[in-house]
Amino acid sequence: MEHDFFFPAAPGSLPSGDGYFGAFGGRFVPQALVAAIDQVAAEYERAKADPAFVARFEDLLAHYVGRPSALTEAHRFAEHAGGARIFLKREDLNHTGSHKVNNALGQALLAQRMGKTRVIAETGAGSHGVATATACALTGLSCTVYMGETDMRRQAVNVARMELLGAEVVPVTSGSRTLKDAINETFRDWVARTGDTHYLFGTVAGPHPFPAMIRDFQRVIGVEARRQLLERTGRLPDAAIACVGGGSNAIGLFHAFLDDPVRLIGCEAAGRGVGSGEHAASLTAGEPGVLHGSRSYVLQDDEGQIVEAWSISAGLDYPGVGPEHAHLHTSGRAEYRPVTDDEAMHAFRLLARTEGIVPAIESAHALAGALQVGTELGPDALVLVNLSGRGDKDMDTATAHFGLEAAR
Amino acid sequence: MSGNLKLLTDTLARARQEGRAALVTYLPAGFPSVDGGIDAILATVDAGADVVEVGLPHSDPVLDGPVIQTADDIALRGGVRIADVLRTVREVHAATGTPVLVMSYWNPVSRYGVERFARELAAAGGAGCVLPDLPVAESAQWRRQAAEHDLATVFVVAPSSTDEHLAETVAAGTGFVYASALMGVTGARESVDEAAAVLTRRLRTLTDLPVCVGMGVANARQAADVAAFADGVIVGSALVATLLDGDRDALTRLTAELAAGVRPGYPASAVPRFSTAR
Ligand SMILES: Cc1ncc(COP(=O)(O)O)c(C=O)c1O
Repeated sequence: MEHDFFFPAAPGSLPSGDGYFGAFGGRFVPQALVAAIDQVAAEYERAKADPAFVARFEDLLAHYVGRPSALTEAHRFAEHAGGARIFLKREDLNHTGSHKVNNALGQALLAQRMGKTRVIAETGAGSHGVATATACALTGLSCTVYMGETDMRRQAVNVARMELLGAEVVPVTSGSRTLKDAINETFRDWVARTGDTHYLFGTVAGPHPFPAMIRDFQRVIGVEARRQLLERTGRLPDAAIACVGGGSNAIGLFHAFLDDPVRLIGCEAAGRGVGSGEHAASLTAGEPGVLHGSRSYVLQDDEGQIVEAWSISAGLDYPGVGPEHAHLHTSGRAEYRPVTDDEAMHAFRLLARTEGIVPAIESAHALAGALQVGTELGPDALVLVNLSGRGDKDMDTATAHFGLEAAR
Repeated sequence: MSGNLKLLTDTLARARQEGRAALVTYLPAGFPSVDGGIDAILATVDAGADVVEVGLPHSDPVLDGPVIQTADDIALRGGVRIADVLRTVREVHAATGTPVLVMSYWNPVSRYGVERFARELAAAGGAGCVLPDLPVAESAQWRRQAAEHDLATVFVVAPSSTDEHLAETVAAGTGFVYASALMGVTGARESVDEAAAVLTRRLRTLTDLPVCVGMGVANARQAADVAAFADGVIVGSALVATLLDGDRDALTRLTAELAAGVRPGYPASAVPRFSTAR
C-alpha cells in the first residue's frame, strides 16, 4: 500500500512479539485487562493492513489535521545557538495544536472498529485530552478525561476546551495530582468497564501494544521531517532533538532516523535541577522498574515506590518514560539530557521573540536542548527540532514565571 | 528455610472437609502503624480468619479503590518498609500458626530482588504471594523462586479472562486461584455479582485448585452467598474501612460475622442470587 501519512514500523522492527524492546516493555497488567489489551493488539494488526482504515486515517491527517506539517527554518533563533542551522518541525500547527492528535485520531478510529462507544484518557498538559476530546467529537464517541487537580489548575484553558468539545473532565486528587495519578485513575476506570470502553492512551508507555502502536501513529513526524529536510537542504541533520515526557513526540521524530548517521537527542525535564530531587528526568536519574504496565526507567526509591516527579511543564511531569526510549538509552543509540525549568522558559521566550512562535513549554525543553547542541556542534551543523505543540495553553504559567503585565 | 505453601493448602482442605468456605482477610501492613497493623491482623485471626493476606503498601495501587488507596497512603507516610511487612508476616504467623500471604504489586518485589524477597518471605514463615499485576507470561522468574522456597503463587483471574487465559493461569498457580468477583478495583459493593459464580464454575472445569473469591464482598450475607460455591471468601476493603473509622471493635465484629457467614446454616440472600451447585 502507498502511504502518505501513516507509516507503521517495518515488519521485524522492535518490539518482539511479547512487546519487548530489549530488556524493556512487556505487559504488567491485571488479568482483568488482558482480554481488552489483546483485543487492541489484534485489532490494530488488522487495521494496519486494512486499506479502508488506512484511507480514512490518512484522509483525516491530510484534511482535518492539516498534514504534512510545515518545516520552518529558525534563522534568528539560531543566532543564539552558535550559528548552527535550526529547522523546526511544526507539530504546533496541527489541528488542536500538538502532535497528540496524530495518535488520538488513529486510536479513535480503532475504538470504532472494536465497537466501543466510550473512550477514556489521561492527560497532563491537556494536549492529549484536547486531542482525544476532538477525535471523539468527530467520531461520535463519548469521552471522559482524567486530569490531576494540579494540572487542571495550570492548564485551565485546556480544561475549558475539553468541556466545550463535549468531554467530561474528572479531577484526580490522589497522589501528586498530576499525570501519573491521572493514568492510575484511567486504568481503574478501564478495569471496571472494558466491555464498552477503550483506553486511548496518550504516550508511548503503558502495556504492549500501546508503545508500538502509538509510535506507529507518530512516525509520520520523522518521516515527513526527513523528507522535507532532504528536499530543502540536500542532507540529513546532524542531530534530531525532541522533548521526552512519556516519549511519543520524540519516538515519532527519532524512528525515521534510526538507521541514519544522525544523533538522536531527547530532552527530559530536569525541573529545579536533577540534584534538587525535584525533576522528571527518568532516564538520567531513574532506575529500571515497572510502572503503568511496562518495564522501563522509573523514578523510584530503593524499595520500588514511585517517587513524585516535578516539572514546570505538566506534559513532562511524569516519573516514567516509554520502554523504547529505555532501550535506545541503554543501547546508546539515543542520548538523553536534562533541561531545567529555567532553561526551558528562557528558550520559550527566546523563540517567541526571535521567530514569532510561542511554543508549548514541553517543546521549549527541546528548544533549550537545541541551543546547547547547536553551540556544541558549531556553525556548520544542521539541527532538527520537533516543535511538538503550541503554547497558548501555557499563558498562565508564563505570565506567572516572567511576572508579565497580566499577573500584576 | 522453606515457606508455608503446604500449610495454606492444608488449611483450605480442612475448611472444605468441614463443609464450609475459608475466610481470607486482607489488611495492609503498616496501617495504621506497623504494630497497630499487626494487632489488627491478630484480631481478625482471633475472630475467625483462616488465612490472612498482608498488603505491601504501594505508591501506585492501580487495582485498588479509594479505601485501600487511603490505607496504603497512611502506611507509606508512616514510613513502612518491606522489612516491616516481613516482620508483620513473621509475628502473625508465629503467634497464630495461620498461613500468611503477601499481596504486592510487582515493582516492589522486583526492585527488592525476587530471590531475596522469596527467601526472606519464606524465612518469615510466609505462605506465598498474591501478585495482582503480574500476568503468567511475565511470572517465570517469580515462580522459580516460589518453587525453590515452597511459596504459593496466587494469580488473580477475572470474569473477562478467556478460557485460554484461565487454563494457563491455573496451570501456573499454586495454593489457590483468586477469582475476582467483578470487573473493577477493590472496594465494598452492594451485592456480589453473578459473574463470580460463573467464573468459579468455569474454573472448576479446569482445575482442582481451591477457588477463593474476592473483590466487593463486604458483609456476612454476601460471604454466605459466595461460600455457597467458592472454597474461600476474601474480604479486604470492608475490614480496612473499619480501621479508617478507627473502630477496632467493628473490625472484630465484622470478622466474626464473616466467619459465621462462610459456615453452613448462615441464611443466604432472601432472593437466591445464584444457582450454583459445587
Ligand atoms: C506539546 C506537548 N509536547 C510533548 C508532550 C509530552 O508527551 P510525549 O513525550 O509523549 O510527546 C506533551 C504532553 O502533554 C505535550 O502536550
